[in-house]
Amino acid sequence: MNATVITLFLIIVLTTLVITYFAAKRTQTTGDFYTAGGGLTGWQNGLAIAGDYLSAASFLGIAGAIALYGFDGFFYSIGFLIAYLVVMFLVAEPLRNLGKYTLADMINARFEAKKVRGVAAFSTITIVIFYMIAQLVGAGALIQLLFGIDYWIAVLIVGVMMTIYVLFGGMTATSWVQIIKAVLLMIGTVIIAFLVFARFDFNILQMFSEVKNVTSHGADYLNPGLRYTFPLDTLSLMLALVLGTAGLPHILMRFFTVKDAKTARTSVVTATWIVGIFYVLTIFLGFGAAAFVGESNILAANPAGNMAAPLLAEVLGGDLLMSFVSAVAFATILAVVAGLVLSGASAFAHDIYGQIIKKGKATDQQQMLAARYASVGVSVFSILLALFAQTLNVAFLVSLAFCVAASANLPVILYTIYWKRFNTTGAVTGMLFGLLSALILVAISPNVISPTEGAAIFVGEPLFPLTNPAIISVPLGFLGGYLGTILSKEADFAKYAEVRVRANTGYRGK
Amino acid sequence: MGTESDYNFDAKRSIETDFVKVAESGPFKKLIQERKRFIFPLTIFFLLFYFLLPILTSYTTILRTPAIGDISWAWIYAFAQFIMTWVLCTVYVKKSASFDRQSKQLMDDMLEKEREAK
Repeated sequence: MNATVITLFLIIVLTTLVITYFAAKRTQTTGDFYTAGGGLTGWQNGLAIAGDYLSAASFLGIAGAIALYGFDGFFYSIGFLIAYLVVMFLVAEPLRNLGKYTLADMINARFEAKKVRGVAAFSTITIVIFYMIAQLVGAGALIQLLFGIDYWIAVLIVGVMMTIYVLFGGMTATSWVQIIKAVLLMIGTVIIAFLVFARFDFNILQMFSEVKNVTSHGADYLNPGLRYTFPLDTLSLMLALVLGTAGLPHILMRFFTVKDAKTARTSVVTATWIVGIFYVLTIFLGFGAAAFVGESNILAANPAGNMAAPLLAEVLGGDLLMSFVSAVAFATILAVVAGLVLSGASAFAHDIYGQIIKKGKATDQQQMLAARYASVGVSVFSILLALFAQTLNVAFLVSLAFCVAASANLPVILYTIYWKRFNTTGAVTGMLFGLLSALILVAISPNVISPTEGAAIFVGEPLFPLTNPAIISVPLGFLGGYLGTILSKEADFAKYAEVRVRANTGYRGK
Repeated sequence: MGTESDYNFDAKRSIETDFVKVAESGPFKKLIQERKRFIFPLTIFFLLFYFLLPILTSYTTILRTPAIGDISWAWIYAFAQFIMTWVLCTVYVKKSASFDRQSKQLMDDMLEKEREAK
């Protein structure tokens, strides 16, 4: 570890702590804590959404995947981007108009039922835990590589930082850490992409022609099929990616930080542009790494290709750029896990404690205290899991989180907004069908049971052939919601009239 | 379904804003109808366009043919999806501005009527 890395690393830690200090002063009520008082502008929230999305997985993971697998590495980028259209067209505005702090709030705007809230909170917590373990384990390994410190120390550093942001600064601190990191990440990516493009004489055609000859795959590198060879699995993954975003609790929560549906819309537009431009640039990062770092060096540093971007930075800009990129990657990890802690804590403290146990009668002070306890609880639990999961291959948990979000949350969100007949039973069965089918299918998939020793947790023949179950579990989520609804007589059309008017006009009503 | 008799009003709700009346009113129905006609066809379109890419790359080899230099049609298709996302985003915002005006007008009228009735 050299002096530049340590300096940049400390600058990031200090800056975020200063932000947290100022945010803490502004965090007085539960509204401030969960949603920054609903006071973010479209631009700010857009940057923060983009920040939530440009996790270490997409910055380091996609750059590495493109470097190693060419076109197939780009699939993730496409899925993640189109997902914003689903968010924009179907979910963002009604969600903003109906919800308050959490996904469960939005569904409960229609059904005042504890069981619906309970199941929604359970689904949120499941997604948060999966996503979090993947991020923390990845972070530990990455920081170990970048800064040369032990895995457990790395996990602890990240864990303590995320707890501090959320505990003291709530959503305000989390959002600003996210915004700053998104800006830094874009700057770093643009610089690297520019340097790569310069080496190809600013000629796209030349870039494609040259990378064709630098990898062991030859011309196949530029074509689909290097990584995804099982068509159903590819389609299933693409389904999880495109529908999952609109059901991810930490993304949905971001829409409550703006004042109205119109601002929610502007946030999505900003996020879509930033994320889109970023993903186009990942091609330059991936191709650059393939050409100037080389396949064998990338694989030697990390078999999953996660070191492709930092190594490329070193080749192009020496120690300084490498240090900058490492520091940005560190900031990225911090910001994303903080957002996850916050959404997990909201499910525990707001949904389970505030609404189910206290029946919405807790004082604001009690709720704040609960929110803080829950944040610490979620953090400690995730840190412990991450410490135990060090040797496990948990990268699949990110796509599993997307799959659960798409199967358990999205069907119920859509039914709540758009289906008149939908009822409480349908909401519960929809979420449970989606959630359980996704979990069970993954538990018997090649991610968990693999014939190759060390590739998964257990050795053996997987009972379910697909690595991502979305193609089965998403339809099951919709089917569960449908069957539960029509098999129960209950229906409240007056309530739906209200939901419909509020979702479409933003009128909060009396 | 959908007639007034289906709505089970409780006493508490009836003294609040009459959401059922708003939901059943002509202007609101028109707004919903226009919104649906805008959102659903486009959603179906972009989802089909999206899934066609992995379907074509998984089951056929037509996207492997070079389009411009060494850039194959798969890349062109992928870029087209980016362009589509940005275009649809812009279109959505433009269209929503008109829905905003409609819904504001509608709610203002409704609240005005309610106030007069009291």
